[in-house]
Amino acid sequence: MTISLDTPKKQQYRVVGTPRPKVDAYNKVTGRALYADDIMLPRMVYGRILRSPHPHARILSINARRALELPGVLAVLTGEDLPRRYGILPSSQDEYALAVEKVRYVGDPVAAVAALDPDILDEALKLIEVEYEVLPALMSIDEALAHPEVKINDEARIGNIHKAVSYEFGDMEAGFAAADYVREDWFYYEGNNHAPMEAHACVASWEPNPSDPVGGKLTLWSSTQTPHYVHREVSKVLNVPPSHVRVIAPNVGGGFGGKTDPFSHEICACELSRRLGRPVKITCTREEVFLLHRGRHPVKMWIKTGVKRDGTITAMHFRSFLDGGAYGSYGIATTYYTGALQTVTYKVPCYKFEGMRIFTNKPPCGPKRGHGTTQPRYAVEVHMDKLAHDLEMDPVAFRLHNLIEPYTRTVNGLRITSCALDECLHKVVERSGWREFRQTKLLTASQGSVKRGMGIAASSYICGAGKPIYWNDMPHSAVQIRLDRGGGVTVYCGSTDIGQGSTSVLAYVVAEELGIAPEIIHLETADTTLTPVDLGSYSSRVTFMAGNAAIAAAKQLKEKLFTVAAEFLKVPVERLEAAEGVIYDGDDPGLTLPFARAIQLAEERYGALVAAGSYKPPEDLGGNYKGAGVGPSPAYSYSACVAQVAVDEETGEITVEKLWLAHDVGQAINPLLVAGQVEGGAYMGFSEAVMEQQIFRKGRHKIPSLLDYKLPTTLDTPEIETILVEAPDREGPFGAKEAGQGPLNPVIPAIANAVYDAIGVRIDETPLTPDKVLRALNAVHGKSGQYTGVKPVAAPEPWPTRLVKWQPRADENVSEGRNG
Amino acid sequence: MLRLPPFRYLAPTSLREAAHLLAEEGERAMLVAGGTDLYPNMKRRQFTPPVLIGLRGIARLKHISGTPEQGLRIGAMVTLTTLAEHPMIQQYYTALSTATGSISTPQLRNMGTIGGNLLLDTRCNYYDQTEFWRHSIGYCMKKDGEICLVAPGSPRCWAISSADSAPVLVSLNAQVRLVSERGERIIPVRELFRDDGMRPYTRQQDEILVEVLLPPADGWQSVYMKLRRRGSFDFPILGVAAALRLAEDQTVQEARLVLGAVASHPVEVSEASLLVGQRLAPDVISQVATLAAKRAKPLDNADLTINYRKQVTPVYVRRALAQFVKV
Repeated sequence: MTISLDTPKKQQYRVVGTPRPKVDAYNKVTGRALYADDIMLPRMVYGRILRSPHPHARILSINARRALELPGVLAVLTGEDLPRRYGILPSSQDEYALAVEKVRYVGDPVAAVAALDPDILDEALKLIEVEYEVLPALMSIDEALAHPEVKINDEARIGNIHKAVSYEFGDMEAGFAAADYVREDWFYYEGNNHAPMEAHACVASWEPNPSDPVGGKLTLWSSTQTPHYVHREVSKVLNVPPSHVRVIAPNVGGGFGGKTDPFSHEICACELSRRLGRPVKITCTREEVFLLHRGRHPVKMWIKTGVKRDGTITAMHFRSFLDGGAYGSYGIATTYYTGALQTVTYKVPCYKFEGMRIFTNKPPCGPKRGHGTTQPRYAVEVHMDKLAHDLEMDPVAFRLHNLIEPYTRTVNGLRITSCALDECLHKVVERSGWREFRQTKLLTASQGSVKRGMGIAASSYICGAGKPIYWNDMPHSAVQIRLDRGGGVTVYCGSTDIGQGSTSVLAYVVAEELGIAPEIIHLETADTTLTPVDLGSYSSRVTFMAGNAAIAAAKQLKEKLFTVAAEFLKVPVERLEAAEGVIYDGDDPGLTLPFARAIQLAEERYGALVAAGSYKPPEDLGGNYKGAGVGPSPAYSYSACVAQVAVDEETGEITVEKLWLAHDVGQAINPLLVAGQVEGGAYMGFSEAVMEQQIFRKGRHKIPSLLDYKLPTTLDTPEIETILVEAPDREGPFGAKEAGQGPLNPVIPAIANAVYDAIGVRIDETPLTPDKVLRALNAVHGKSGQYTGVKPVAAPEPWPTRLVKWQPRADENVSEGRNG
Repeated sequence: MLRLPPFRYLAPTSLREAAHLLAEEGERAMLVAGGTDLYPNMKRRQFTPPVLIGLRGIARLKHISGTPEQGLRIGAMVTLTTLAEHPMIQQYYTALSTATGSISTPQLRNMGTIGGNLLLDTRCNYYDQTEFWRHSIGYCMKKDGEICLVAPGSPRCWAISSADSAPVLVSLNAQVRLVSERGERIIPVRELFRDDGMRPYTRQQDEILVEVLLPPADGWQSVYMKLRRRGSFDFPILGVAAALRLAEDQTVQEARLVLGAVASHPVEVSEASLLVGQRLAPDVISQVATLAAKRAKPLDNADLTINYRKQVTPVYVRRALAQFVKV
C-alpha cells in the first residue's frame, strides 16, 4: 500500500488530517464487536423465510397446517398477514413482506416461520404446501420489452417498462451541427451483488404493554445502512406508530448499498415477535443475500457525442436501459442516476438523456457503491477513449481539454463547487509513467503471448444526495452532544457505521472542535430512539452531512466553554484556543484551563450542557424541472485512475498489474481511513471489471455462493498507489468530501481502456472475462467464435414518456465548451 | 447460515475399529477425513448420512515414509499443506506438491487431506447447490432427481472429477491401498476411477483408502498446471498433469499426460507416447497438445464457457510440456 498526500496543508489541525485507528478497530479485530447475528436475548426464537422456487408464478393456495403441527414450530406467516405494501421510495410502493397472489423471481418471500430451534426451520418450510401456476419468465431487458403481454409488475404503466425518462438540456440540434465528428457506441454493464462479508440478519423484540393503547413497543436490531427508513417502513407495514418502533443498527459487516432497503425478513421478524411476544432472530444465508440482492443494475447504454477537431465536446446524447429485476427498490433513482452525472466531469454544452428501467423476473436491483453512475461512467470513459483515438489525441489531453471548472453550473443545472480533477489526472499520469510507457511501449510491453497496456479514466461522485428519499424539509443529519461534569463527552447521531468509519469521523470532528482526544468520546449511533436523525449510510453523505452537523453542535458547546474560560483565565475570548484537553491563551499557551474544569464552570453557569446541530443541504443545488432531485449534491468528489494490465493473448487472461488512483477528497479527516475507502472501492471496481458475473440460467441465479461467484482474493488484487488530493471544499466539514464510492468508478473504464491499449481490441461489455477476450481476438483474426459486440436494444419508438426540455438561467455561470 | 443435518459421529482410534464400524454401519455411514468438502455438502443436503466415521483419531494414517529411491508411502490423513511443503515431494514428485498446494485456500489445506481430496465427490454447478436451489430447478439425477440437467438427453451423470491430486497421481503411476474388514488390496490409482459422475470411484462401500504409494522417483520429472479464475480457493476447470523421464540428451524416454476436470474421471492422454524417443521441440509439443485437447469434452457445468475451456486446453498442455525444456 502506498498512500501519498499531495497537497500541502492549508490549515493546521490537531486531529483532522492525522492518520489514526478507527475508534472501534480493537473491538473489531479482536472479535468483540457485536453484529446483529451475535445478539442473543432471553426466550429468543428463530425465523426463516420460505422463498419462491419459480421465477414467475401465480400462488393458487398456501396451506401451512402441517408446518404448524411440527413440534417446535410456533407461528407461520403468509402474505395475508402483512397486507400493506411498502418500498424504499414513496414512488415505488410495490413490495409485500410476503407474496400476495404472485411471485416474481426465484427467492421472492412467500411465508415466514418461527420455531424454537433453528434446526427444524428447514423442515417446517418444507411442510408448507404452496400450489403455484407457473407463468412465463422474462429474464432479460430484450425479453421483457419483447413480451409486454406478460406483465411482471403492475407498477409498469406500459408493458414491463417500470419508468421512462427523457430530458433535453440546451440546443441539441445546434450542438451536433457544430461538431466536426460524431461517434456512437453501445455498451453493456453486467450487474453484480454487493457481497458484504456479513449476511443480512436481524433480531426483533416486541415488549407488550397492555396499558398502552398500541399494545407495546417494538425494537429491531438489524444489519442495515438506513435505520431511519427501516423505521418508517416497519411502522407502516405493521401499523404501529413510529413512536412505538425503535430500530438499531449494531455493528454492520459491510453494506455497499445492499442494506439500504427495508427487507421482508426484517418485517417478518417484527410481526412474528409481535404475535409471539418473544424475540425473533432471522439470519440470512449467503444464497439469500444473492436473492435479496438490490445489487448493481445490468444496463445497456447507447451514447452519441459530437466533437470539434480540437477535441471540444459539442453535444452528448445518452440512452440507458436498466434491467431492474422484479421490484422497484431504488430503481427510479437509479434510472435518473444513469444520466445525471455525465455533465459533472466534462463540459457538455448540450445534453440529452433518455433512460428506461425494465422489470424482469430476477432479484430486484437497487443501489450498489456508485449507485447508477458506475455503469454510465464506464460507458462514457471508454467512449471518450475511442473519441480521443479517432481524433488522434492523447486520451489525457482530450480529457483535460474538456474538463469542468470549479464553481460553475452544468447544463443540466448541477452546482459544481470545488474540483481538483485536473490535479488528479496530472498526478496519475506522472506517477504511472504514462507518457514514458506510451513512448517505449512497442519495445517493452510484450513478452511472448503477453501484451501490456495502460488505460486512463476520470470520474466524479456526489457527497450526499441533495434531496432526501421522501420529500421533506427537515435536516438530513443531526448530532447531539452532551458534556458530563467529569469530563465525559457523549456524541449522539443516527449515522450508521457499516465499516466505512462514520462513527470514527464523528469522534475526530468533535475532538478537533473541542480540543480533546477522540478516544475520550462516547459514541451512540444508529438508534432511532436514542439518537437524532441521520438519513443513513448511502449516497456518500455521512462525512459531509453528519460531519457538518457535529461541527455545528460542538461549536455551541465550545462557545459556552470559552465564555467561562475567558472569565476564569481573564483572557479575551478571541485569544482562546482548545487542544489536547485544555483551553489556553493562544498568546500565552502556559495559561490553561483543563477541559473538565471548564465543563464544571459552564454547567454552574448554564445548567446541563447539551447541544444539537443539524445539517440540511443548501437549496438551488440543481435545476427546477421534474426529476431534478437526483444528481444535485452539496459537493462532488473527483477521481482519476491509470491501470496497467497484461493480457495473455493465448488464454485471454487479464492481469491487472497496478492501479494508480488519485482522489480529490477535499480534506482527509483521517487519511488512513480515506486510503482504505479508496483501495476498497478500487478493488471492488477491479472485481466488477474482470471477474464478477451475475448469470441467470433457466430462470435462476447460476452461482449464488462465494465459491462460484468470483470475488478476487488477495492473490488476485493488484498493487495500488493511492494519491489523496486535498483541495478543501468551502462547505465540507473542514473542507472534506466523500471517499466511499467515487474512487470505484474510474477503475472499470481505466482497466477496459488498458486492455484495448494492450491488445488493440475493444470489448464493450463487463466483466472482461478471459472467454470474451479470446472471442474478441478470434473475431479480429477472422477465426471462429465471432465477437459481435453489444446487441442494441430495440427501443420503443417514440420514447414512451414526455420529453422535458430545460435550460439553465442566462445569468448562471454555465460550463460551456471552450470554443462553443 | 446453512445448518448441518443431524448425524451420529463415530470416532475410531484404530484402523481395525474403523473398518469394523464401516462394515457394521453399511450404507448408512460415510467416512470423514478433513471434512472440508463433506460438511459443506451435507449443509447443502447433497448427502445426509445418518452416521459419520471420523478418521482423524487414527494415528497411523498420518505418515510420510520411504525414500525417492524406494518410493514413498503417504498416509491418507496427511494434510494437503504437509504434502505441498514436504521437501522430498517438492523435489522428486514436484507435480504433487504443486497440485496439493493449489487446492482451495491455506486454511482449508491445513484441514484437507490427500485421501479426502483423492476421493472428492464429483462436481457440477447443477449439483453443488443448496437444497433450495436444487428443489427450485427440479433436482438432478445425482441427488433426488431423474435426469442430468447439463445434458438432459443423456442417460448418465456428467459431474466432473475435480480433485487436483487425481490426475497428478495417475501421471505418477501411484497406487492406493484400500483396507476393509474383509482384507486389503493395493490397486493402481487409475483403477480407482470410473467414468460415471454418480459413482466415480471403484472403492467398495466398506473400504477405507489408507495410503497412497508413490513409485521410485527414478529420474521422473513432473509438472501440474491448473486453470481457474482466481489465485486461490477455486477448484480446477482444467488440470494438466505431465510426468516425463528424460535421457541425458533430453530425449523423452517415457511420458504420461493426464487431464483433470474435463470428465468424470482423470483422462489419460495416450498420445503422450508420441513424445517418446523425441526431444521436446515446439512442433511435437504442439502436436501432442492438439491431440490431448481433443480428449477434453467440457460441458456447461463449471466456471467459464465450454468454448473457452476447449480453446485453452491445448495451450495449457503445451505450456505444461514446455516446462520440461531445459533453457
